[in-house]
Amino acid sequence: MKYLDEYRSEEVTKKLVDELHRIQTRPWVIMEVCGGQTHSIVKHGIDYLLPKGVELVHGPGCPVCVTPLDMIDKAHAIARQSNVIFCSFGDMLRVPGSEGDLFTIKSQGGDVRVVYSPLDCLKIARANPDRQVVFFAIGFETTAPANAMLVWQARESQLKNVSVLVSHVLVPPALEAILQSPENRVQGFLGPGHVCAVMGYSEYEPISAKYRVPIVVSGFEPIDIIQGTLMTIRQLESGRAEVENQYSRVLNREGNQAAQKLVSSVFEVSDRNWRGVGTIPKSGYRLRSEFAAYDAEKLFDVQRIDTREPEICISGAILRGIKKPHDCPAFGSACDPQHPLGATMVSAEGACAAYYTYGRHLKQEDGCLVSISPGDAA
Amino acid sequence: MSENASSGFGSCPLPIFEHKQIVLGHGSGGKLTAELIEKIFLPAFSNPVLDKLDDQAVLHVNGSRLAFTTDSFVVTPIFFPGGDIGTLAINGTVNDLAMCGAKPLYLAAAFILEEGLPADDLRRVVDSMRSAAQAAGVQLVTGDTKVVNRGKGDKVFITTTGIGLVDTAVNISADRAQPGDKILVSGYVGDHGMAIMSRRENLEFEGAIESDCAPLNGLVSTMLEAGAGKIHCLRDPTRGGVATTLNEIAVRSKVGMNLVEQSVPVRDSVRGACEILGLDPLYVANEGKLLAVVARDAAEDILEHMRRHPLGAAAAVIGEIVSDHAGMVLMKTAIGGTRVLDVMFGEQLPRIC
Amino acid sequence: MCLAIPGKVLSDYEQGSMRMAKVQFGGIVREACLEYVPETKVGDYVLVHVGFAISRVDEEEAQRTYQLLEEMDQLTELEAPVVREMGERDDEEKVP
Repeated sequence: MKYLDEYRSEEVTKKLVDELHRIQTRPWVIMEVCGGQTHSIVKHGIDYLLPKGVELVHGPGCPVCVTPLDMIDKAHAIARQSNVIFCSFGDMLRVPGSEGDLFTIKSQGGDVRVVYSPLDCLKIARANPDRQVVFFAIGFETTAPANAMLVWQARESQLKNVSVLVSHVLVPPALEAILQSPENRVQGFLGPGHVCAVMGYSEYEPISAKYRVPIVVSGFEPIDIIQGTLMTIRQLESGRAEVENQYSRVLNREGNQAAQKLVSSVFEVSDRNWRGVGTIPKSGYRLRSEFAAYDAEKLFDVQRIDTREPEICISGAILRGIKKPHDCPAFGSACDPQHPLGATMVSAEGACAAYYTYGRHLKQEDGCLVSISPGDAA
Repeated sequence: MSENASSGFGSCPLPIFEHKQIVLGHGSGGKLTAELIEKIFLPAFSNPVLDKLDDQAVLHVNGSRLAFTTDSFVVTPIFFPGGDIGTLAINGTVNDLAMCGAKPLYLAAAFILEEGLPADDLRRVVDSMRSAAQAAGVQLVTGDTKVVNRGKGDKVFITTTGIGLVDTAVNISADRAQPGDKILVSGYVGDHGMAIMSRRENLEFEGAIESDCAPLNGLVSTMLEAGAGKIHCLRDPTRGGVATTLNEIAVRSKVGMNLVEQSVPVRDSVRGACEILGLDPLYVANEGKLLAVVARDAAEDILEHMRRHPLGAAAAVIGEIVSDHAGMVLMKTAIGGTRVLDVMFGEQLPRIC
Repeated sequence: MCLAIPGKVLSDYEQGSMRMAKVQFGGIVREACLEYVPETKVGDYVLVHVGFAISRVDEEEAQRTYQLLEEMDQLTELEAPVVREMGERDDEEKVP
């Protein structure tokens, strides 16, 4: 597949990795912001190829993980109502609330449907005029244009039976929250490639300058990530702290103006509660008041449920890059994707879940994972 | 039946089944299914044959080895590109028999029909079963039909049970893989699961992905001709895909596996569909493919025989058995890194992240 | 986060008030909304996330940057960095 396969080339990978080994002289801690980048790193075994002195820690870029428990409970309460068709991206289906998850609700008779695109909800609403279609609109800035279009089109078509439950989060405030923490260890960032395809990267310049950290906006394929890491290490080794664009084939500084325009017509910035981290000011989106007729939180009367996270869970520390999944005593034992105790295990893109899925909980006798060197197998 | 392959996961020692209700993931063939079997079925029915948890039971009866298996088919939609629930019902059971090296002989079929099912649909399904049985060389010799109220069954459910005979020279079982053996796959992976996905509401896409549903007994015969004693394990990677199936063998045989990602055949169309939905072809179901673990010195020969058969034209060596990391399946990725292939957890879901 | 995959625009059409396209990914084709990439023409590659094209792939830039990657080991220690931003940057990068 064009623009994918080339970025998984073993040959080019080797060149980048060799160059990384050559220039790296001191230990560095780099955070990759996106859950998709974490996923790619663990799936392709990139972390095994990097020099020992380069430590990758995983950031809060998993919108599923950071959706607060009370929001999930609200979603579940709506999904349980008999005339509701509850639509969601696949990621949210297995996230447990205080009582079960959307799968459980489905098994109890709720009409829960996985959609690939928010626009599918329009089709469902038109096909079921006597039912209420509610869409769980989660995501970072990348998904906001799609979710915004759903609301916009619903109003244009004067559909009366569709609404959205909004839980959007923004990346730059999250980075600031991480950098402001006294326990912060992160020295450089791989910036979120697809978020920046929409928003551009000008918002990251003041952060880079204020905290003196390099931010290299990177893609998701192995070569994108390794090249992004190389560019970050180059900056760190030479004492620079700038925003650079590794993913230049897809984005530029200004981002997608058409998308930004519609997003700001439909949404406005608001404070948001991040699971495992707490409330971060101006870190999310909510529907503008003129779209109140499409706001499921206003349309459905759902009681506020007080929730408590298990104390053993260190999701907060993981999302801020202070700890890794291995540091948690519950990782792989009391806590696994089947019985997730907290934010980073509930979603397939959370750091703990990604680690678990790619076997990082499985240990050899000597505690290390055997690596296959080229030419070994088959 | 799928095996419980909980490699290294330290669970509570008491066999308490925690779910209050069955969820869809319990039927996906991964960890949840394994848990269901381990905690509810095995304690109730345990015996030496069942405890092996193979896809079929091989029984010694009056000096012969009889292979015996059963499977239920509940697929939605019932008609999909490349087949229907009827073709699956015949081939699925034929294949379970073929995977222990048996010659499939006779099938029984039980139908649960939902009130309101169009008779034409039933005719179409039955006709498919007729053709499939003929192609596989088996006969349907007995059956049963029930009808349930509208809303209590999803159009049609079919259960097929099959018997076959296993030759004396054959000794195929999931616990027979040995270090040095080669791992072979008979062709392109992920076709069936993605064909089903392509017809599921809201996840539709265009493109010729057809189910690979097919009877594998002919291919297995060809392989047995090349070297019956050299074939140690055979499994068809249905639910849970190649990754889950290989894990089952790795755990049962107490060996490790090293795969090479680049050598696993995947069609462009399946690849594209998996990329946009965020799915992994190694975990997608197949209904007309087999995995074989064969002695190193016979691998080339067996592979050649497979490639001459229409169902094995794209057969390939995808890895080998090693004595390291017993019970674990590792894979060298396209970029030269290492990846651990664990058993599939619940249901593979399309993702946005 | 943000699973977005590059695909080739095969055709475009109107659906209600939205411009849509048939986009090819490997061997399959899926519908995507082009409202956010109005400059896209048939034959272009776009990056698609949840059924929306959020960006166009700049093929020239992709080629240029990839070529630099391939030529990496031909560069000497003191030569230009691997990827340039649009516009000028310092050439020299000495390792401390």
